Amino acid sequence: MKLITAIIREAQLDQVREALIEADIKRISVSRVSGHGQQRIEEMYRGQVIVPDLIPKIKIEIAVNEEFVDITIDTIIKSARTDGPDGKVGDGKIFITPLEEVIRIRTGERGGKAI
Amino acid sequence: MNLLSKKNLISMVLLFVVSSGVFAADTTPIDTGATAWMLTSTALVLLMIPGLAMFYGGLVRTKNVLGTIMHSFAAMGIISILWVAVGYSMTFGPSILGGWFGWNPDYFFLRGIDESIMDAGVPEYVFSMFQGKFAIITPALIAGAFAERVSFKAYVVFIAVWGIFVYNPLAHWVWASDGFLFNLGAAGAIDFAGGTVVHISAGVSGLVAAIYLGARRGYPYQVIRPNNLVLTMLGAGLLWVGWFGFNAGSSISSGLSTAQALTATQVAAAAGAMTWMIIEGMHQGKATALGFASGILAGLVAVTPAAGVVQPYGAMILGVLASMVCYMAIMLKNKLGYDDSLDAFGIHGVGGIVGAIMLVFFIRPSWMNNAAEAFGSDWTVWNQLGVQALAVTVAIVYAAVMTLAIIFVVDKIFKFKSSEIDEMAGLDRSYHGERGYGMLNPN
Repeated sequence: MKLITAIIREAQLDQVREALIEADIKRISVSRVSGHGQQRIEEMYRGQVIVPDLIPKIKIEIAVNEEFVDITIDTIIKSARTDGPDGKVGDGKIFITPLEEVIRIRTGERGGKAI
Repeated sequence: MNLLSKKNLISMVLLFVVSSGVFAADTTPIDTGATAWMLTSTALVLLMIPGLAMFYGGLVRTKNVLGTIMHSFAAMGIISILWVAVGYSMTFGPSILGGWFGWNPDYFFLRGIDESIMDAGVPEYVFSMFQGKFAIITPALIAGAFAERVSFKAYVVFIAVWGIFVYNPLAHWVWASDGFLFNLGAAGAIDFAGGTVVHISAGVSGLVAAIYLGARRGYPYQVIRPNNLVLTMLGAGLLWVGWFGFNAGSSISSGLSTAQALTATQVAAAAGAMTWMIIEGMHQGKATALGFASGILAGLVAVTPAAGVVQPYGAMILGVLASMVCYMAIMLKNKLGYDDSLDAFGIHGVGGIVGAIMLVFFIRPSWMNNAAEAFGSDWTVWNQLGVQALAVTVAIVYAAVMTLAIIFVVDKIFKFKSSEIDEMAGLDRSYHGERGYGMLNPN
């Protein structure tokens, strides 16, 4: 089992979610985060361009069994890239970490079938 | 030195007051009471527009909150300018083009009313600005029907054209002294503060637009949650407060009829809110805050055409009926599946129709007597019902046909509906380059 953590652009959330659902990956957690990366974004406030020093992003966390790891990664990459197939600085990152145990609270089931 | 200049100033002011008094002697004297109330009402009606912005703004998703608020605010800018330029003239000038709308060159940019005092003792500027606020809120109401999915540029063009060719003619027909609905039957179609002109026309136009443009992505399968119901409740509260200007101000006086309209407004809003709460409580098991706010609006909308002619018990029944019918209309919408996102038709269109039709059963006897006198023979409730039904039908048909035509053209030129990418990213980012709650991020 793996925990896939993806940091993506806020504006791509709907695309990524819809693509994941299409690929039959329906159990995800989403949160708002902000941080530093290579990207600088500009926003308008009262007509003035400003560059915020922490950039808002979306974090998606998905726990998957081994056989779903590749499809999940491919789906996120495809749907989170912007500006054509080459992507653009700021499209985000995917982290994969080993997952020791999963427990469904309702039934107490453990392991792969609880995912 | 200081004292001397002060004295000079006072005497200059006195001189000015006296001399302007001399000039004003041959015109109608200003009724300061009526003018003061009309100034207050003008401000109160303007307050409804940020109120509407908050009401609608809270109901959409986070990514669309600013875009939705801007739909109301943009109307304050665009329609105010258009109203001064041509709107007042098209609405309150003498009929031209067979009565399609009015025109008075003196009203073009309001240049001929600089010193004009109306018969009611109110400066014409005040009346013009008061009416201008109605012209602003009407297109802003439509925006609720196609929330979360239209291009800002196309919206701006749409409301400008809609204001000129739908609102102004309708307001002329109903409120100008030579408008054909104003002179229908014994004493005209009853539309005290804009049931047909504002609410039916906005609601029907919204319905047409929502069906023409199609639903939001994912509707109705994806749950679309309001981002901030607190904002919505505050907006509903501001609308209720502002509605006293809307209805009680429409008497263009400060007297008995003002008091009658004010009372009817309060009673109908409360009855509507209570009714919605009870229906929801029995039907869903819980009384929601949004339901209470919807009931307030349904009641207020229904009493808008009626505020000048109904007594409190009539206003109460109108409020109850409006909430019942609007609740059913929204149930029906969910069955039919069209995406009138924030129920512009379900509340304003339906509530307006209920009010404009059902008010005939609660008209105060003195109004009916005056109507019979003006008519020369008996004037019954059923005669007035025919007049009301005709006015409502005219408003529905005209608003629907014109809106369809305007949307078709605007869509061809500017692409009214957002692209999929813009819609998914949200109106705030796509059209305004901002975020509503950006400051909540650590920065």
